[in-house]
Amino acid sequence: MKVTEKNKETSSPSQALNRQVMVSVSHVRKAFGPKVVLSDVDMSLHKGENLVVLGKSGQGKSVLVKCMVGLLMQDVGSLKVFGEEVKDLSEEGLRQLRIRTGFLFQHGALYDSMTVGQNLQFPLTRVLKLKDRTEIEQRVREVLEGVGLPESIDKMPSDLSGGMRKRIGLARTLILKPEIMLYDEPTTGLDPITSREISELMLQMQRKYQISSIIITHDMACAKITGDRLMVMNDGAFIAEGTYSELENSEDALVRSFFI
Amino acid sequence: MSITAPASIIRLLRDAGEQMDFMKGFLRNIFRSGFEWNEFLRQCFIIGYKSLSLVGITGFILGFVLTLQSEPTMKEFGAESFVPSMVAISIIREIGPVIIALICAGKISSSIGAELGSMKVSEQIDAMEVSGANPIQYLVVTRVLACILMIPLLTLMADALALMGGFTASNLNNDIPLGLYFNKAFAAVSFADLIPAVIKTLFFGFAIGFVGCYKGYNSNRGTESVGIAANSAVVAASLWIIMLDAIAVQLTSVFAYN
Repeated sequence: MKVTEKNKETSSPSQALNRQVMVSVSHVRKAFGPKVVLSDVDMSLHKGENLVVLGKSGQGKSVLVKCMVGLLMQDVGSLKVFGEEVKDLSEEGLRQLRIRTGFLFQHGALYDSMTVGQNLQFPLTRVLKLKDRTEIEQRVREVLEGVGLPESIDKMPSDLSGGMRKRIGLARTLILKPEIMLYDEPTTGLDPITSREISELMLQMQRKYQISSIIITHDMACAKITGDRLMVMNDGAFIAEGTYSELENSEDALVRSFFI
Repeated sequence: MSITAPASIIRLLRDAGEQMDFMKGFLRNIFRSGFEWNEFLRQCFIIGYKSLSLVGITGFILGFVLTLQSEPTMKEFGAESFVPSMVAISIIREIGPVIIALICAGKISSSIGAELGSMKVSEQIDAMEVSGANPIQYLVVTRVLACILMIPLLTLMADALALMGGFTASNLNNDIPLGLYFNKAFAAVSFADLIPAVIKTLFFGFAIGFVGCYKGYNSNRGTESVGIAANSAVVAASLWIIMLDAIAVQLTSVFAYN
């Protein structure tokens, strides 16, 4: 179904959810010099929901999620996370928002110079300022068991496979117990089996911690497993929204092309 | 009719503005609570200890070559006995600090630029930032302060080894006792030579650390930008060192030697 018609559609999944809005984006525009990346973006994320964002490369999907955590700022429009306008937040306000919002980068973005254990301790000691070694070790162990890699605690990131790096990246993000997770192409570059494992892990984590997630992906298997609702972006704006099966049978050839 | 400044001037001014912004961030974060002592000590080890051999060998050869080159000319004037003093003054006042700073710009500034550049490219800095941690405090403050501390120490060590190099070179054709050589060398050197030299190495250390961090932290995406960050860090840090030295020489000639 077309995004422009979504408000008229009573069966729209976003309306059916009728839950607290965690992220609300309205008429957001972002350009880099003469290149307009986001032309007019409207969307919302509800509590406990997994929203999948589909789109060709270079359509501005990553730019949109980076705007949500203040890594980039939109030129025009409103972007609210937890009901607060991101561009109006003070430095401390932005820090608090980032603590409540997890971001999994495409390649995990593990700190090369630290072991897996130190990577996981980093946000605990620097962000939550935990001092108690026992508590820190317990939380590290717990989150590593959660992603199924308790034995990798002393390994360096260079010793890990792509899938393991993603899992550890996810663990490092989850250790702060975020309320919103932003996944930037979480299964890119992985084999189908590992992709499926990561997708199932994301779903499992969402259920366990009641996290609301935005998942940017090209991987339709991942979209099918994880997505409560899917949105398709083209030329810097959303052109379609619906469940996996709704979009699979869309009249729009571009939308259908993702499912072939 | 509107007048537009050339693009290169605009780029230069924009870069200067961004560097000032970065420096503001650095200065503000020095005094924030939660100083990263462990990372600072690790950087001191990497910057200081791991540069010992390069700086030591360079210092020794500097004194050795300077002595070999100047001895024949001094001999012509019958001033051979002034060689140790000449070597000591030129090494301590000028050649030691500048050459060691340039060597360190090549080794340390490029390594910091490449390290932070690759962290930027692989989104590690972004990951640190979005987790709510403070990458400036963890990555920049520790590296710049470690450079400010270690460059003067490395320079002092290099100065000492340069004098040893001078002593070795003097003994190739003569037989000068160690005590006599150092007596001659230090007779001409005073604290007015040493203190300004040490003070300027603090600024050289700042330039080496700051430029490396700035270039790496602000590198663009893509692996190519890591090389560019490392290369431009060396070029910019070397220029800073030469300019700072010119200013320091003017200031010391006005305040210290008069």
